[in-house]
Amino acid sequence: MFIKLSTPEVETVSLNFEGKVIQARQHLSVAAALLESGISHFRDTPVSHSARSPFCMMGVCFDCLLIIDGLPNQQSCMTQVREGMVIQRQSGEADLLNDHAGQNGAHHE
Amino acid sequence: MPDYDVIVVGGGMVGVSIAFGLARQGQRTALFDEGDIAFRAARGNFGLVWVQGKGSQCPEYASWTRRSAELWKEFDQDIRAQSRIDTGYIATGGLHFCLNEQDFERRDQMLSRMVDDSHNQFQYQMLGRAALIDRVPLIGSKVLGASFCPQDGHVNPLGLLHALHLGFQAQGGVLRIEKVQNLSCSDSVFKVTSSSSVLTAHKVVLAAGLANKNLAPKLGLNIPVFPQRGQILVTEKIKPFLNYPTSLVRQTKEGGVLLGDSHEDVGFNDGTSIQVMHDIAHHARSMFPFLDRARVVRAWGALRIMSADGLPIYDQSEQYPGAFSASTHSGVTLAAAHSLDFSRFVVEGKLPSHLDKFSEKRFHVH
Repeated sequence: MFIKLSTPEVETVSLNFEGKVIQARQHLSVAAALLESGISHFRDTPVSHSARSPFCMMGVCFDCLLIIDGLPNQQSCMTQVREGMVIQRQSGEADLLNDHAGQNGAHHE
Repeated sequence: MPDYDVIVVGGGMVGVSIAFGLARQGQRTALFDEGDIAFRAARGNFGLVWVQGKGSQCPEYASWTRRSAELWKEFDQDIRAQSRIDTGYIATGGLHFCLNEQDFERRDQMLSRMVDDSHNQFQYQMLGRAALIDRVPLIGSKVLGASFCPQDGHVNPLGLLHALHLGFQAQGGVLRIEKVQNLSCSDSVFKVTSSSSVLTAHKVVLAAGLANKNLAPKLGLNIPVFPQRGQILVTEKIKPFLNYPTSLVRQTKEGGVLLGDSHEDVGFNDGTSIQVMHDIAHHARSMFPFLDRARVVRAWGALRIMSADGLPIYDQSEQYPGAFSASTHSGVTLAAAHSLDFSRFVVEGKLPSHLDKFSEKRFHVH
């Protein structure tokens, strides 16, 4: 979908998206890194359950929401990649009672 | 011949509800809306159609509120037919949580009086903790019980406002985004002067919220309203956990949770403050402890149109009988009565005696 511009080689980090390991250039946002890896289905909307991709890439459209390290509804275009990040699709509304948010989210600042 | 039958000044919830009702009756109607510079309480509210506790000190207000809640279903069908928009209105009944025995008993006593005052037209039941858990399984352990009123409901207030604006225009109403600068009347014809036009009409309805106060004297009216700020927090969309609106917490159909119910006297400041937002969040958390994991994505302040006794103010000018006024902080609950009843009173040219209680004359010192 996207063609990478020729840029100097930079270090990469490993991300885990839905159980699959992805190498991402370390300065990228999560949204940019996933798009570069060919992933376009980020979330399913709470209302119509239709699939969404990032739209604005600048923090206003809320269409790039993902579960990142257990925290639901994270704006992936505003989050920089980190080594070992565990990323899942945001499917519908956040489940504050049953998903990882309960355990990991409480420690996240 | 004047340009219009009626000009409504104010395109917020009260004004557009009345204008929608006027257009529905075939009245040639123009609606003036000041635009984004106005305080626009209609864009900041919580979305309750609320009956329980309203008018506990004033049976006429309780009755007018019940009347509107009863009309809401018909009103909503009208809106949908004219605008093709789903306002999200749902009459589930509403809950008011009680945190201790004293709260619970006081609530029961107050609502029981309302049943008597209404000759059993008002309905409610007190739910103990076990009965409450049946309806709201995630209720926090600090909540002792709740009052439940089957006449309560809720609506998407922005959807409602949008639908009314569209529905008004679909029925031939003319919307003008212009600030009204002057009003006058001669030979029973009203002249409304805005930033870019002069229009005439047989009748005028003042429904300009807080701006009513300064517009009123031009038409021989007196509308003593003042601002009272409320702040609202909205969380990210989370899985449905609350099927009933409450006076403090409301989950929208889309999943976001509105938290509110603050009252501040800060003049014409419609901003937010850390202390009040903290108090709202803290209070909501005592009702639903798991909400401490929900992230707040938006917050705002808005100014209620308040009167000294909290009741609406409705009047007809004695000097210019074609001029009417409507001011209230309860624009969503009363929208149905404004649209179906009040607009009819305007067409008939006379406010009925059951609205006498709401005249500003009540504030005169005898």
